[in-house]
Amino acid sequence: MSRRLAHVDRVGIEERAAQLGARSIKTTAKQQGIRLAVSVIDLTTLEGADTAGKVRQLCAKAVCPAPTIPEIPSVAAICVYPSLVAVAREALAGTGVRTASVATGFPAGQVSLEAKLRDTEDAVAAGAEEIDMVISREAFLAGDDVRVMREVARVKDACGDAHLKVILETAELGSYDHVRHASMLAMEAGADFIKTSTGKAAAGATPGVCLVMLEAIRDHVERTGRIVGFKAAGGVSTSKAALHRLVLVKETLGDEWLTPDRLRIGASSVLNDLLMQYAKTESGRYGRSEDFSRE
Amino acid sequence: MTVEPRTSIVWEYAPAPEATDHLRLAERYGLFIGGAFCEPAEARYVPTINPATEEPIAEIAWAGPRDVERAIEVARAAQPRWAALPDRERGKYLFRIARLIQERARELAVVETLDGGKPLRESRDVDIPLAAAHFFHYAGWADKLRYGVVARKVEPLGVVGQIVPWNFPLLMAAWKLAPGLACGNTAILKPAETTPLTALLLAEICQEAELPDGVVSILPGDGTVGATLVRAPGLDKIAFTGSTAVGRDIQTALAGRGMELTLELGGKSANIVFEDAAIDQAVEGIVNGIFFNQGHVCCAGSRLLIQESVLDEVIAKLWARMGRLRIGDPLDKNTDVGAINSAEQLERIETLVAAGEDEGAVRRSVACSLPERGYWFAPTLFTDVSPAHRIAVEEIFGPVVSVLSFRTQAEAIEKANNSRYGLAAGIWTDKGAKAFEVASALRAGVVWQNTYNHFDPTAAFGGYKESGFGREGGPAGLRPYLRVVR
Repeated sequence: MSRRLAHVDRVGIEERAAQLGARSIKTTAKQQGIRLAVSVIDLTTLEGADTAGKVRQLCAKAVCPAPTIPEIPSVAAICVYPSLVAVAREALAGTGVRTASVATGFPAGQVSLEAKLRDTEDAVAAGAEEIDMVISREAFLAGDDVRVMREVARVKDACGDAHLKVILETAELGSYDHVRHASMLAMEAGADFIKTSTGKAAAGATPGVCLVMLEAIRDHVERTGRIVGFKAAGGVSTSKAALHRLVLVKETLGDEWLTPDRLRIGASSVLNDLLMQYAKTESGRYGRSEDFSRE
Repeated sequence: MTVEPRTSIVWEYAPAPEATDHLRLAERYGLFIGGAFCEPAEARYVPTINPATEEPIAEIAWAGPRDVERAIEVARAAQPRWAALPDRERGKYLFRIARLIQERARELAVVETLDGGKPLRESRDVDIPLAAAHFFHYAGWADKLRYGVVARKVEPLGVVGQIVPWNFPLLMAAWKLAPGLACGNTAILKPAETTPLTALLLAEICQEAELPDGVVSILPGDGTVGATLVRAPGLDKIAFTGSTAVGRDIQTALAGRGMELTLELGGKSANIVFEDAAIDQAVEGIVNGIFFNQGHVCCAGSRLLIQESVLDEVIAKLWARMGRLRIGDPLDKNTDVGAINSAEQLERIETLVAAGEDEGAVRRSVACSLPERGYWFAPTLFTDVSPAHRIAVEEIFGPVVSVLSFRTQAEAIEKANNSRYGLAAGIWTDKGAKAFEVASALRAGVVWQNTYNHFDPTAAFGGYKESGFGREGGPAGLRPYLRVVR
């Protein structure tokens, strides 16, 4: 069966995304926007050098990002490799911050389906409440939509009660038409969230990519009634970029999507920039990065 | 460690009004004749008001017949020396004006929004930058005129009268003045009755640029000033942008007087969405085509032609998108749709919308709270429109789009061309060959493919049929201001 792609016009989508980036978010809207952005963060560490110690420190930061600013909420989740899930889960017990794990041969996904399923089962068994899987770009680019969907569906089964976020790795898909198509495949196959990137590719959650995926979600929900969330990950490193993503969501999917149940921003460095910007709205002066702990 | 309970965070944009305290507006503006502001011969000052609040902004002198006469004399006297300047020198003045517009861009944008009701986002991002771009573009042409009209010797026409509308006040002034002056003409500009302010600031800019006295005169006033101007002796050309009715009157008045004329008039432009279009971007283009500047755009995509196979989908998406438009204070940086320009225009829109309902079309207007004062009209969509309905034929010049359906490419072309106007059209399709085929079959001066309402000083703009004649922009825009000598 040959693939039928829906058209996305590159110039048009980027123009609209840029236009929404020009929304003026000032004063109280900026403060509320920053609090909202913090509340949807998946605070992430995905390094070979990650240790139990580092993850514990990051968990403390996730629960209480800025002890001096009590109105800043906890982030939504911590996102780690499967081997560190148990550590995170223990550190976060009773805090309301969830534990997410990447799985399925993250980030390339170039392992067998059996290995992907095993990876997922291990993470869930260790206590992961959310799984961030990668689609097989190899299958997608070869035109094998059936395999892409089957893998997502099987991993979804392996997740059990854990929420499944499906990473498209949009920078490797080559076009907005493909981004939209991959979004649809992932949602059809049972994704609870669709997610832009691993954070390991050349580009991540660009405004254009985010908007294409948000429009795909809107159309999917319209057609099936099943709610799917969105996670922007990769390249969202400043408050301005985070607020821009929130505007894209607000004006495409509406206010109902502005909650951690339906929206996440995967990031590490953006959190401190948000805290600095928030402090600036209160004190009127820019702080230093040293004002907040790294972890 | 205590944990903040998860309460949902409500996120609305706070008001973000652009500041107005930097403006240096005078309480009263005279006429601009011979390089200086002066009193009108018969003192008559009329306030210009902010259509979003109905509050007066400044008092504006309106020109009378004696002022018109004097402006023509002054322009006539200045013309030979202006034309005799080395071409590069003329270009230099235009470059100066372009740079001064950029320097005063913020002020000009705010004044444009105050005086005309358009969202600041548009005056800041579209009107003012494009006005500067037009001066830059034609500044560059000033010393290359013979290449604009290839390998012919050309000379200026002389003194030109230029009458501009209220929808893009400064931008339309730039469209007229920049090519006119570059070609060596002197000009008398009549800004629109409801939006004279940025033209008067442009007069200040002409002073700052040390433009020779008399090269540009600016005579505010209502339609009678324009009527006096077109009937006054001593002009070589009239360039007019506005309604077809007034254009017809001007053409009659000029008949047999050996004067040049260009008219850029109304439109009922077809925006054609094929089933193979990128639908979401087409919806965005429809919104930009008809709600940009409250639909006060001569080339607005006011006749929306949608292929039947995607009709329901496009309308559903369009209606949902219309619900997200932010309507209100034009000075707010997040406003998408501002105020209607005048009480008179609002009345015209209301009349035509009522006619649409009477004739049986189905009306949907966005439910939004509109300010109590000022002139406002909610973005409106008409479905079940038949090609004979007034709302499918007449120019509404407001935020109102009429949807018609078609089945085949041939029918789309036939319906699009079945209009007394022929200013612009839009084509939405992912098929390149189809786009070119349809574009060449359309009788419209501008055809946009997969976009709408994009303007550029290098591109010619103008109409077919009752949308007028003559072109503005690019090298084609030089021709109406030049006489070919040999």
